[in-house]
Amino acid sequence: MAMNALSRCSNQLRRLPLTRLRQMSTSPWSFFEMAPLDPIIGLNEQFQKDDYPSKVIVGVGAYRDEKGKPFVLPSVRKAEKILAEGGLDMEYAGIAGEPRFVDLALEFAYGEDSAALKEGRIQGVQALSGTGGLRVFGEMMKKHGSTTLYLPNPSWGNHKNIFTNSGLEVKNYRYYDADNSSLDFEGMVHDIKSMPAGSIVLLHACAHNPTGMDPTLEQWKELSSVIKEQDLVTFFDCAYQGFASGDASKDAAAIRMFVEDGHLISMVQSFSKNFGLYGQRVGALSVVGRDAEEAKKVVSQMKTVIRPMYSNPPRHGARLVTTILEDPQLTAEFREECKGMADRINTMRGALKDSLESAGSTRDWSHITDQIGMFAYSGLSNEQVLEMRAKHHVYCTGDGRISMAGVTSDNVDYIANAIHDVAK
Amino acid sequence: MFSALVLLSSALLVTAFPVEAASKTSIDTIWNGVEMGPPDAILGIAQNFRASTDERKVNVCVGAYRDETGQPWVLPSVRAAEGKMIENNENKEYLPIDGDAAFVEKALKFAYGADAPLERIAGVQTLSGTGACRIGGKFLAEFFSGNKIYLPVPTWGNHHKIFGECGLDVQTYRYYDRSTNRLDLDGMLADIKDAPDGSIILLHACAHNPTGCDPNSSQWRALMDLIKEKGHLIFFDSAYQGFASGDAEADAQALRNVMKEGLPMLLAQSFAKNFGLYGERCGTLSVVCKDAETKDILMSQLKNIIRPMYSSPPKHGSSIVKTVLSDDALTGQYYKECTQMADRIQSMRTRLVEAIKEAGSTHDWSHVTEQIGMFAYTGMSAEMCDQLTDEYAIYLTRDGRISIAGLNDNNLKYVAEAVHAVTDGKSITSN
Repeated sequence: MAMNALSRCSNQLRRLPLTRLRQMSTSPWSFFEMAPLDPIIGLNEQFQKDDYPSKVIVGVGAYRDEKGKPFVLPSVRKAEKILAEGGLDMEYAGIAGEPRFVDLALEFAYGEDSAALKEGRIQGVQALSGTGGLRVFGEMMKKHGSTTLYLPNPSWGNHKNIFTNSGLEVKNYRYYDADNSSLDFEGMVHDIKSMPAGSIVLLHACAHNPTGMDPTLEQWKELSSVIKEQDLVTFFDCAYQGFASGDASKDAAAIRMFVEDGHLISMVQSFSKNFGLYGQRVGALSVVGRDAEEAKKVVSQMKTVIRPMYSNPPRHGARLVTTILEDPQLTAEFREECKGMADRINTMRGALKDSLESAGSTRDWSHITDQIGMFAYSGLSNEQVLEMRAKHHVYCTGDGRISMAGVTSDNVDYIANAIHDVAK
Repeated sequence: MFSALVLLSSALLVTAFPVEAASKTSIDTIWNGVEMGPPDAILGIAQNFRASTDERKVNVCVGAYRDETGQPWVLPSVRAAEGKMIENNENKEYLPIDGDAAFVEKALKFAYGADAPLERIAGVQTLSGTGACRIGGKFLAEFFSGNKIYLPVPTWGNHHKIFGECGLDVQTYRYYDRSTNRLDLDGMLADIKDAPDGSIILLHACAHNPTGCDPNSSQWRALMDLIKEKGHLIFFDSAYQGFASGDAEADAQALRNVMKEGLPMLLAQSFAKNFGLYGERCGTLSVVCKDAETKDILMSQLKNIIRPMYSSPPKHGSSIVKTVLSDDALTGQYYKECTQMADRIQSMRTRLVEAIKEAGSTHDWSHVTEQIGMFAYTGMSAEMCDQLTDEYAIYLTRDGRISIAGLNDNNLKYVAEAVHAVTDGKSITSN
């Protein structure tokens, strides 16, 4: 208690203006505390330090092949060669990124046949993958009078962090029923109906992270009409298009439904998972306006946020996506490869469930095969997760979220036994 | 009390942002009141250049290098590095929040020297210089709130926006005297002295943007002594290392002297110009600390700023720099190519002044000859710049800054004659 008071006190102290900085002996950094590790990425750091030979990490949502190795999509490798032969320059992209990339990204999500897209009512910018797009959106909304954003409970660990840093107040709406490992749809609808006018409601477009539980199409339909009755800013986070069902068009159903129903949504897309472009930081942030003029105005405001943040986005990853999506053959190959990733994950879901049953577990693990996308929300408690780390050197995030992409036929039994051991 | 607070905060919202009263559907309310954002000063001019159909048009506004045919130039060593990266089947995995450690090490050594005490320098990979200034500024705003940051007059336009966005109290110090077209050392020292002890002072490490006017070594000495006395915190912005004199080691002298002096400092480093990596967004932010323990603590705090902003940096540019600087042959090749760029600019600089004189100008253009780096800070007024654009389709920024990199044999005479035409009989020292 006393230590907490002391550290609060030192926090206060360091807000006072420093008067005189001397040389290195009286360092300006002397009152600094170690910041906490990021719950997801920090896991990697812990894992690296562990020298247990059979250690397994199923933490970060990054796809692994059946050997547990990082996977670069063959279509991406081909695109890379095409780019290298093309000898393109490395000039600055515009603040909004390359227009061609943005057009293709929006088509990918909203659909080539989207009336709103053809009318020019949907405009966007290239973003630094999902995180970057979310942050630009948050900062922009804060500047335009927004105060509150609602996340589903639970949501991706970094969401709250991003929007709090944007200056928004972050609240939750009910989403996951942990007792029944299912969607708490009634709770969700009730909470959405209670949101004050002007609130931002964030929806996961597909493959909800971390639960893998998505509304059905009927439920999306109901959500659409419920939200229509409200005065809310509807925002989609779309990080797994193509990865959820294996069909990119199908995975965009909710987004397209909302646009069709007349919602003026905004959305962030990440190309980290579906194109495997994680480290290239490729994404898009878009808005649907009443008309093209309005959408352009919003985009100009996005640019105002971007310029003092990083000026303009990196080109390489966007060029890879462009190269693929411009070429029907490469696009077809990409869709197959993306489906291949989704299929392997689904196979592993089945394998993990079977293996748990073989290990002798009598718990109901059907949620593992019911859930969709990259993650299995195991239902393990935080204590159980920590025990699994310490005893079995199996690393997953503290909320019991297992990255199925990291499960292979080589490690599935080991993981199943570890889970069974701590959960029985 | 609570309802009063709610009313007050709603009133503030209404006055600050014209949000309409809540109506039944979102269609009519969401984006009302959104104005068209202002165009960026520099990038907006580049846009106008692109849109222009005038055959004579010349782009001397954006600070991007052009070769002697006016084309963008990708360094051969950079291309070679890309080839190597493909051969090595590099993967596309996330970088850590703080970036590629091997890249950061090379980058910091490039800036601070091969014998740099990296064990006590907290360095993170950033999205080029803008990203580094933003991360550094946010870091300072969080831990030094109430402290002012002093920017030179003039400075790169985006500095004001970046540091303002970070929530720092942005002030200025005199730097360039347009009545002499030279460094205003007295004004600079006076303003830095007046700044409250422990203020943040932004310094351009070399090739000041936009003026190209750097302190000489005795002026740097005077500056350092004063800053030391005042206990100020130096924030270096280094966007042109290697590009200024053609000698990367020489260009880093000022910042290395500060480090050796034992003063606390931050450094924003960009590889946009010197490696020609503009659009790949490659840079670093570093903080020189007293020991490894402090470094670790600072790293954790810097990561905390990065994670909710974009999670981790883009890897293509950093892989290129890492690949080049990890290969002796490629490194040697790179240094030559960078010198080549600097030499061409230097030659254009000299020839520009000669050509303006040949066109008949009797003004003293020696400031342009003495300036260093990518730009010529001519001393022309905004009206003269507008005239250059409107009548001659020459696109430059309205502060009279010409990007020399945009000059070549094809357009040099044309630009020189136009500059003479708009400045003839008028002053270039009272703008």
